Amino acid sequence: MQDLLFYVFAAVALIAGFLAVANPFSRNPLASALFLAVALVAVSGLFVLLHAFFLGAVQILIYAGAVMVLFLFVIMLLDLREEQKRRARKVAAGLASALALALAALISAAALAGGGPADPPALEGGARALGRALFTDFLLPFEIVAVLLVAAMVGVVWLSRKEAA
Amino acid sequence: MTPVGLPHYLVLSALLFSLGLLGVVLRRNLLIVFISLELMLNAANIALVASARFLNRIGGQEMVFVVIAVAAAEVAVGLALLAALYRQRPTVQSNDLDALKF
Repeated sequence: MQDLLFYVFAAVALIAGFLAVANPFSRNPLASALFLAVALVAVSGLFVLLHAFFLGAVQILIYAGAVMVLFLFVIMLLDLREEQKRRARKVAAGLASALALALAALISAAALAGGGPADPPALEGGARALGRALFTDFLLPFEIVAVLLVAAMVGVVWLSRKEAA
Repeated sequence: MTPVGLPHYLVLSALLFSLGLLGVVLRRNLLIVFISLELMLNAANIALVASARFLNRIGGQEMVFVVIAVAAAEVAVGLALLAALYRQRPTVQSNDLDALKF
């Protein structure tokens, strides 16, 4: 049952990811953003399958919620004119696809060669376990993230001033 | 069929990462480049969570926390830059932004 769910979520993530990156039917960024949301929800399902329950919830809240709203808001704010059909760059597309495929094959070969424990130990990623680790062993990364978020917020507010140059 | 284990998740992560890389390299629309970047970050997150699960270390999940925060900050700053650029010059095509080209 869990294996079946893995294949379902993986297929949804890959297909939605492909449609977000290179949609053959529409050049509209809105469609790409919505397909990205589908892929993010599938990734959240994978997190739950991996017993990372809290991260699954965070993925939906932060990514599929906040980040997607930001994306959609900016896409609609920019009010893009219909993108004119660009000339297809067949050579570049083929070359890039071959390179990406080679990279995927390389990483996959490394992953398959490494093998790994078939029977997973019982690691639970509930809010309690994650919070305890976050405020003891991983306190410094937590503080760094806090500083980063403040810096990003100040930067965005400055960039979005009316007379920003 | 073998039961789903760490290699399955790593292969899926590699495929998603390559897909995102393809979008970053190939697409000229900066919004779609950002979307592809998000895809790449999520591929890395899958690898981290799977490693945490199968190697029994909670550190992988903490790392995903940091990655999600960095991704949120990156999207906010990137989209603000894009909006500021759009005020200067109404385009989101990376080819049209050639003011620094010599």
